[in-house]
Amino acid sequence: MNMSKYSIFSLAKQALNFHEGWGKVWRNPEPKKHYDVIIIGGGGHGLATAYYLAKNHGVTNVAVLEKGYIGGGNTGRNTTIVRSNYLWDESAHLYEKSMKLWENLSQDLNFNVMFSQRGVYNLGHSLQDMRDIQRRVNANRLNGIDGEIVDADELKRRIPILNTSRHSRYPVLGASFQPRGGTARHDAVAWGFARGADSLGVDIIQQCEVSGFIRENDRIAGVETNRGNIGAGKVGIVVAGNSSVLADLAGFRLPVTSHPLQALVSEPIKPVLNTVVMSNAVHGYISQSDKGDLVVGAGIDSYNGYGQRGSYTVIENALAAIKELFPVFSRVRMNRQWGGIVDTTPDACPIIGESPVKGVYINCGWGTGGFKATPGSGYVFAHTLAKDQPHELNQAFSLQRFSTGRLIDEHGAAGVAH
Amino acid sequence: MLQIPCPWCGIRDESEFSYGGEAHITRPLNSENLTDEEWADYLFMRKNTRGAFLEQWQHAQGCRRWFNIQRDTVSYKISASYKVGEQPPQGMGNEK
Ligand SMILES: Cc1cc2nc3c(=O)[nH]c(=O)nc-3n(C[C@H](O)[C@H](O)[C@H](O)COP(=O)(O)OP(=O)(O)OC[C@H]3O[C@@H](n4cnc5c(N)ncnc54)[C@H](O)[C@@H]3O)c2cc1C
Ligand SMILES: [Zn+2]
Repeated sequence: MNMSKYSIFSLAKQALNFHEGWGKVWRNPEPKKHYDVIIIGGGGHGLATAYYLAKNHGVTNVAVLEKGYIGGGNTGRNTTIVRSNYLWDESAHLYEKSMKLWENLSQDLNFNVMFSQRGVYNLGHSLQDMRDIQRRVNANRLNGIDGEIVDADELKRRIPILNTSRHSRYPVLGASFQPRGGTARHDAVAWGFARGADSLGVDIIQQCEVSGFIRENDRIAGVETNRGNIGAGKVGIVVAGNSSVLADLAGFRLPVTSHPLQALVSEPIKPVLNTVVMSNAVHGYISQSDKGDLVVGAGIDSYNGYGQRGSYTVIENALAAIKELFPVFSRVRMNRQWGGIVDTTPDACPIIGESPVKGVYINCGWGTGGFKATPGSGYVFAHTLAKDQPHELNQAFSLQRFSTGRLIDEHGAAGVAH
Repeated sequence: MLQIPCPWCGIRDESEFSYGGEAHITRPLNSENLTDEEWADYLFMRKNTRGAFLEQWQHAQGCRRWFNIQRDTVSYKISASYKVGEQPPQGMGNEK
């Protein structure tokens, strides 16, 4: 397809045509009979995988099969926080790779993903919180990841509307701060990767639900879908909350449970919060979008659920926490509320690598915090699919770690849903 | 908020309960003879069913007892509630 490059000149030219001349951003092809690689799931991670397969490995006979529309899952439902300040070396390196890709992503994709490095604060409310923050920030710095420790007075100076009173129920004692953290526009991430992959020859096929796997001689040969059977040399499963459903169809088990995770946005208000604030202890996180709405994230519902909605108590708790931290927001009205389905693992770390079925690879378990990993996840998973072996950055994240016992406990740094 | 039927106390709000995940997982008796894979299967692998699911709850702020329910994980509709030690509804055994 002849896709135009976006630039100041194309913008000016289209402006003269009252913006009616913009072409389609990706094709809408019929599925072919056979692909070298089929990616199941057209969220950010699946689309990024397809993009890097084509771009970095020259594998272009690739299809992304999406049962709904691309980005309609967690990609389009998350609160868009990006950071890389994880505790353990394995995760720190993986998320930091992603951060580096974010820093150049709009240029690389020629698509504005609105990556905004406005900084991310993780609040501490007890002496133990503060000790954990010190440990994490020091570990981050040893890994070359930016981080600083900020005390309550300095926090008050930087974020005047934050309640740092000693008399609140859970007083704010300080925070960790990652200056390079921030937010990005979630839809644009899906669209940018889709456009990039499509222009390199990848077929993006929407309204195409995978309902079974076809095997030949103990190896994967293709998938069954509502649009017919499609042959494949290799298959990558990247379906977030539905990972266990697909694993079940393929015939293996996962240490994953699916839970609703909810978020809300307020009515748009004038700029009042120019950074991201999250709190593990009282469990809430908040930022303000460029449109002016406050974006608030809640916790997961304790029960297993696939219904893309959760219980009211959970968002009530999150809003109570936000109101305690920012009393000035107590009368802001909430506009919309929704849920996504996140795939959590016992060690709060993803699973990226081969599955027990030959030719089938899985990338899942990102739980409440995989948006920030979108480019990095696609980067290492594309490598794994192309080379039939993991990239050094995802080696430690194999499914086998649950048998060897080599878990990577990130509950501390991933503890808040983000 | 879910309305959960405790077999002892009747229907109460979800906020009185705590969740225990998949029901009918049996601890292997011969753990010293298990392979690492079999042990991992018991410890970590979960059904995570999309649809009718048997799960454990505890009435933490009521009678404090554990029990099982059958709940659809898409519609969240609860169709059975039974005591620990009782049989699950017809056709919902503890097959893997
Ligand atoms: C409310 C909320 C807030 C969050 N906040 C943050 C945050 O601030 N920062 C952060 O880093 N992360 C956050 N996350 C987590 C993050 O959104 C996810 O970890 C991440 O989006 C998973 O990426 P994905 O692209 O793989 O998933 P998805 O976008 O869910 O993509 C999976 C796709 O697979 C498709 N699919 C499923 N089954 C099939 C099938 N059988 N056939 C074909 N296609 C299928 C689905 O339709 C879906 O589009 C949040 C999540 C939620 C729900
Ligand atoms: Zn009871």
